[in-house]
Amino acid sequence: MDENGALVNVIGLEKRFAVSAGVFSRVKGYIHAVDDISFDIPLGRSLGLVGESGCGKTTTGKLLARLMDPTAGHIYLNDELMGRIDLAEIRGQELKIFRRRVQIIFQDPYESLNPRRTIYDTVEEPLRVQGTGILVEREARVVQLLELVGLTPAASFLFRFPHELSGGQRQRVAIARALVVNPAFVVADEPTSMLDVSIRIGVMQLMSELAERLNVSYLYITHDLAVARYMCHEIAVMYLGKIVEQGETEEMIKNPLHPYTQALFSAVPIPNPRRDRVAIGIKGGVSAPIDPPQRCRFYDRCLVGDQFCHDNDHPPLEDKGAGHRAACYKV
Amino acid sequence: MVEITQTQLTELTEPMWRIRLRLLSRSFIENWRLFKEYPIGIIGLGIIVIFGLMALAHPILMKYVWEPRVYDPVIGYDISILAHPSPPSSTHLLGTDPLGRDVLSQLLYGTRFGFSLGISAALVSVIVSTTIGALSAYYGGLVDVIFMRLADVVIMLPFIAILIVLSALIEFNGFSLALVYGLLVGFGGQTIVIKSQALSIKVKPYIEAARAAGGSDWHIIFTHLIPNLMPLSFLYMMFTVTGAVFAEAALSFFGLLNIRMSWGIMINTAQAAGYLLAGPEYLHLMLPAGLAITLLCSSFYMVGRALDEVVNPRLRQR
Ligand SMILES: Nc1ncnc2c1ncn2[C@@H]1O[C@H](COP(=O)(O)OP(=O)(O)OP(=O)(O)O)[C@@H](O)[C@H]1O
Ligand code: SF4
Ligand SMILES: [Mg+2]
Repeated sequence: MDENGALVNVIGLEKRFAVSAGVFSRVKGYIHAVDDISFDIPLGRSLGLVGESGCGKTTTGKLLARLMDPTAGHIYLNDELMGRIDLAEIRGQELKIFRRRVQIIFQDPYESLNPRRTIYDTVEEPLRVQGTGILVEREARVVQLLELVGLTPAASFLFRFPHELSGGQRQRVAIARALVVNPAFVVADEPTSMLDVSIRIGVMQLMSELAERLNVSYLYITHDLAVARYMCHEIAVMYLGKIVEQGETEEMIKNPLHPYTQALFSAVPIPNPRRDRVAIGIKGGVSAPIDPPQRCRFYDRCLVGDQFCHDNDHPPLEDKGAGHRAACYKV
Repeated sequence: MVEITQTQLTELTEPMWRIRLRLLSRSFIENWRLFKEYPIGIIGLGIIVIFGLMALAHPILMKYVWEPRVYDPVIGYDISILAHPSPPSSTHLLGTDPLGRDVLSQLLYGTRFGFSLGISAALVSVIVSTTIGALSAYYGGLVDVIFMRLADVVIMLPFIAILIVLSALIEFNGFSLALVYGLLVGFGGQTIVIKSQALSIKVKPYIEAARAAGGSDWHIIFTHLIPNLMPLSFLYMMFTVTGAVFAEAALSFFGLLNIRMSWGIMINTAQAAGYLLAGPEYLHLMLPAGLAITLLCSSFYMVGRALDEVVNPRLRQR
């Protein structure tokens, strides 16, 4: 455990993708999908990563699950089993153990389960590739997990194929697969966004309940603020590869500082129709982060930006009091 | 080690292997139900079954019914008939060939040969194309470039012409022909088809989930990638059988194969003795073998077409 008790430390993380005009042409530029971001996820707490489509949420999640290697920066995991590790440096056996500690749940439950394998095969897979236990133990563990995620009676699900299950049931299978190895940290990439509204709540409830029971922290990726509010202790708002604001969930919702966050939060429908919505403006559409100019990423869409914002580099993410951080010169 | 709570809520009532067996038969029945809806496939399958029975019949007939001295497809000779080739009769249902051998016996013997040739070639091609397609798609890079350029070259080759040229260098028997034909198909167009399918499977999140679980490259290739390629590979096997049987016939016709007897050799024998266009009374020399080649080729092709219908809509719907 490091001094501030964080499970995950991310420092200066960057991921760029080369863009080329054609197959044989040379590189035209780079998409700065994740652009120098730093944050911590304290042990036993979940961080919500919120932002528009294409802002780099999934890329961040995959970097944290080491499904991609970063262009620059460091990710540290402070794990009770493994000690403090730098994700970029683990190899071989250590990487394999890491796979037990960090898991990922994908957005699309129709694509994240192999259509030719039974539910049992899918949930047992992590145990088998990890060489955990003997067959009967693994069987028992799979049954236990299916029951944990609410697929009961487990025996009736074990040997079904994904196409025989509903979207919600599939996502529960994916949750079981992620949790079967007892991870400490799970990246959940919009796990409910493809599900019917009616079953979302159930899956969300299950996930937050399991986080408590199994002592798991999530990086919970979503573009839905209400979901982040329900699931997470803290929220980080991303815009074009940058974290523009981060803080405690309730504090963020009550008191958003960054112009982008204010716009984003005011766009959330308010349940009570008589309550006035404080519509805060935003202009233009989201641009692709291909070699962005050296100024505030949000400048082109910001209504309060001025010459100073134009002339200076992207503002640093600074503490604006009580751990509420924002990256804006005007706050 | 997994910690297992002592309260195991569910007891499996059946051993796992029995459940798996049941699943397998269930998916087989399911696929059969789909296949049945395509008459073309049923006809093809029917023809294949008939050929299968013919192939089985030959050794039995040789052992219990036919006198080997007379009916052996290669060295048999009927001395009781004065002039060969003789037309169909009660002793020789399809007559005899210019060398006095029984045509029906040759036809049945050739069936077995055609079958084993076609299926071995198909097996070789499917193993090669699935392995290379999967590896190229999975690893990309140089491996991919090399094999794909090779495939581009092979795909442009006229197979029959190449086989004829090769036969000047290698002495082809049934086995080596199956091998070479299978390799040509396997390294050629089939690889490209399988690889493009593999590319679309490679990017599925379940592959990423397997990696996140700690699965090695091998594990991912063999438990996720290749099983999802199998339907397509199996489909292409059908087309390879057709091609191999046809190639054998063509090469035998030119007398380039070192094999004892086949449908192609039957036609070659008739042709060499000058009976190819000698008139309707010598039709029994050509027609059975020619028809057999055509039917066997088309039957596997028809089954392939029907399988295509079974496999592809389901791939799309997933
Ligand atoms: N493998 C890749 N190669 C090239 N560009 C990529 C790749 N993956 C992501 N990108 C680009 O990086 C940027 C961020 O993508 P990412 O998938 O992380 O966004 P996201 O926030 O998850 O969006 P969404 O809400 O749509 O899932 C996008 O512009 C995307 O086009
Ligand atoms: S720094 Fe300037 S341009 Fe950027 S968000 Fe703040 S006010 Fe707008
Ligand atoms: Mg995403």
